[in-house]
Amino acid sequence: MNLGISATEFVSQAKEGAISVEEFIAKTLERIKQVEDKVHAFITVDSQNALAKAKDIDKKIRSKEKIGSCFGMPVSIKDNICAAGLKTTCASKMLENFVAPYDATVISRLKNEDAIIIGKVNLDEFAMGSTTEFSYFGTSRNPWNPQYVPGGSSGGSGVSVSALECVASLGSDTGGSVRSPASFCSVVGLKPTYGLISRYGLVSYANSIEQIGPMARTVEDVAFLLNIISGHDSHDNTTINNPQVDYLKDLKSGISGKKIGIISQMIGEGIDKEVASATNMAISKLQDLGAECIPISLDAVEHSVAAYYTIASAEASSNLSRYDNLRYGFNFGTEGYEFKAYVAKARSNFGPEVTRRMLLGAYVLSAGYYGKYYLKAQKVRAMIKAQLDEAFKKVDFLISPTMPILPFKIGEKIDDPLKLYLTDINTVTANLSGIPAISVPFAISSSGLPIGIQLFANSFEENKLLQAAYVLQETTDLPEVPL
Amino acid sequence: MTRIGLEIHCQLTKLESKLFCSCKAEYRNLEPNSNICPVCAGLPGSLPMLNKKAVEKAAMISLALGCKIPEKIGFFRKNYFYPDLPKNFQITQYNAYGPTSIGSDGKITIEGKEIRIRRIQLEEDPGRLVYEGKSMLTLVDYNRAGTPLVEIVTEPDFETPKQVRVFLNVLADLVENIGVSDPYLEGAMRVDGNISEGQGNRVEIKNVGSFRDIEKALHFEITRQQSLLERSILVIAETRHWDDARRITVSARSKEEEEDYRYLPEADIPIVLIRNESIESIKKHMPESIVAKRERYISQYGIPAQVADVLSSDRFYSDLFENSYNEKNAKEIANIITTDLMGFADTREKKLELKITAKHLTELADSIVNNKLTRNSGKLALHEMMKTGKSLTDVISSLDLGHVSDVGSIEKIIDEVFKEEEKAVAETRQNPDTINYLVGKVMRKTKGKADPATTLDILKKKLSS
Repeated sequence: MNLGISATEFVSQAKEGAISVEEFIAKTLERIKQVEDKVHAFITVDSQNALAKAKDIDKKIRSKEKIGSCFGMPVSIKDNICAAGLKTTCASKMLENFVAPYDATVISRLKNEDAIIIGKVNLDEFAMGSTTEFSYFGTSRNPWNPQYVPGGSSGGSGVSVSALECVASLGSDTGGSVRSPASFCSVVGLKPTYGLISRYGLVSYANSIEQIGPMARTVEDVAFLLNIISGHDSHDNTTINNPQVDYLKDLKSGISGKKIGIISQMIGEGIDKEVASATNMAISKLQDLGAECIPISLDAVEHSVAAYYTIASAEASSNLSRYDNLRYGFNFGTEGYEFKAYVAKARSNFGPEVTRRMLLGAYVLSAGYYGKYYLKAQKVRAMIKAQLDEAFKKVDFLISPTMPILPFKIGEKIDDPLKLYLTDINTVTANLSGIPAISVPFAISSSGLPIGIQLFANSFEENKLLQAAYVLQETTDLPEVPL
Repeated sequence: MTRIGLEIHCQLTKLESKLFCSCKAEYRNLEPNSNICPVCAGLPGSLPMLNKKAVEKAAMISLALGCKIPEKIGFFRKNYFYPDLPKNFQITQYNAYGPTSIGSDGKITIEGKEIRIRRIQLEEDPGRLVYEGKSMLTLVDYNRAGTPLVEIVTEPDFETPKQVRVFLNVLADLVENIGVSDPYLEGAMRVDGNISEGQGNRVEIKNVGSFRDIEKALHFEITRQQSLLERSILVIAETRHWDDARRITVSARSKEEEEDYRYLPEADIPIVLIRNESIESIKKHMPESIVAKRERYISQYGIPAQVADVLSSDRFYSDLFENSYNEKNAKEIANIITTDLMGFADTREKKLELKITAKHLTELADSIVNNKLTRNSGKLALHEMMKTGKSLTDVISSLDLGHVSDVGSIEKIIDEVFKEEEKAVAETRQNPDTINYLVGKVMRKTKGKADPATTLDILKKKLSS
């Protein structure tokens, strides 16, 4: 049985009865057991429920009952998205024992379509990080070379799809957290337009910029998942009430006659040589298929990382203040503590990166500094948006490498936060402006590590964006993961 | 000179649900922590959903207080740690970066004095701390968390505690009249005061339980500050709590210790556009103001100003009036309500217990106006109807209140009185002003049922014959 099949293949085979869902789930669980030691993608594996659900779906298939469009497809979920009855730890000691009493909107939509939630996967604590090294439960490892980071913060999602521990996954992307692991693990990852997917049930880190995003083996799979999880939600005031789009329908429309802008600021200084040449290769392939590529300069991008960390940290400091260990959390009695002392003591259990960002965020919001930092960052954000609006008058898409560098070794950058932050230079622009961006696996480096290419489109143009990503995907012929 | 400004928290108790979720807005008398959901309990992953009706109600208050409503309103997070705050921030409104609160720059004139309203903001109420004496435990009940609230901030335009009390009474009547709040529910309306004497620093008084106490707290604080100033001692800028048991204010924290709330825009609630048409529609559907109502009572029905004052400012009784009056009986009904009913049922609880309906009142007033019932009997009937809810006819027959207006029966009674009161009759013949004594005697004999006009007529005739 091939666990590496795509979501769409899985669905058509299950529908025809060519595979037994129960067998597929059992094999998937076996695979998880086999490779977890090496890659550590999962925080929670929900074996029993998954198997029971699979049996139930097989029965329905045999008796030709109505079944949801996922046909028991195993999906892993980043552990900052609530699924009722399962722990939602956010890879933090602070939520070590928190069992979500409700389903996130994306989870209930997946369940309605008979997807099987196979487990909850690893992340940097509260999604703050780009390597998954900041997880309270230990780092995840890159299936292409376990000595290397898988990217992050949705590292568990990228790893679980890449290591064939599930068919698809949901991650969340605040500053590149879907696209970074997608690029480093050689899977497709989409950061949708802000407001396209409900955030209800996604534990907030920086709520004005983050979105849940699908991660899968193919662009079709991402389109398939997007069909299920996108759309207006009465539990999230920030979702947009646009007419529902079928993202699979015109996926193969091609790219002929389309214009693509090459973002100068994202292929210049500091970029890895192999990444640069892969990007050039991608551009020339798209040109061969009828696209016109022109350079585009977005000079506000130079300030994007600073603006991103200011805004994200400010929001984080507020969003994470509810974790005071009073109503839920870890085992730590209140006796002998005055309220503020207790909260301070409890909150000293956040990990180093979360602590760093909360301090930074509290600082930039404090009286007298708001204008100097937070408002200035918001101005940069508005500038980026304005420059993108201008750019999209000239071009249909923008292109860049997803990550400026190849996956690096575990531990290599963990002691240098600034260096780590700078690896987000190509991804944060989409979050600050709200536009959609997708990372498509494009090449494998001479050292055997994946390289992803990033495409951007204007807000709510996921349809077009997926069409372009599909074209790019079809130009590649990548090896299987060596695990 | 004394300068006093107020911050009034007024719950929008007339709303069905909380400000950001569908839990009940009415949290009183419920099992602790039974009126909560992931949103108002601030569980990880939950998001606030703005209750549009709360925005409407807050806009109504803003309009009633003459405030400007901006084209866009927005929400901010006020960050501070406190156990009654499930998210450790409160979603509120904030004008430091431009006016985005539901109302600003209003004013209201009270007894000739103009009180300026600085701003009105819509926000969520926190939960409640419950102290369990014996166990030394502080318990938290989140049933109240997320209850919709407006904070009304005045300019420091009050000069005396009495002005404050009058203002608060008017404000309470106003929010009740426009149907956004029941200000007499426990905890529905809470007041903090800011007060400064002369050139002294501003002191904030919190933790005041009732309107009566704010007047006392302000009096205490004025005396305290004045005596400091007389001795040339600096009044420190600080927050003081009202100690209800000792009837004094006590220092809570100095301004230097004030928390930095690190205000931040609430991105989970997009900016709300307030269209001109919506404001116009709210204006159109606003209940008649107390002032307009009062004018109507005076000019259209000839109700005396003092009666109109009292009647128009009480929503419960003015509603009763509106549902019961007709052109002929309006004055009578106004009198019945203000002299008899209001004295009898003057609290929220007593009002709710009243069994009298508008129909009762109409019948009663009509009977009095048409001389079928004397005022005295009317009063007796009213009390019976209030308590039992029985119809007027039933009450009249059970209390034997039938009106006596036929000349024959009254003459008979007058003859009896003349026999018993020879001395008084002689005196009245000399001095007609004492006739009321004889009228009283007739009334006593008929238990107040004799028609006063007829009685007077016959008496006069007999006296002069």
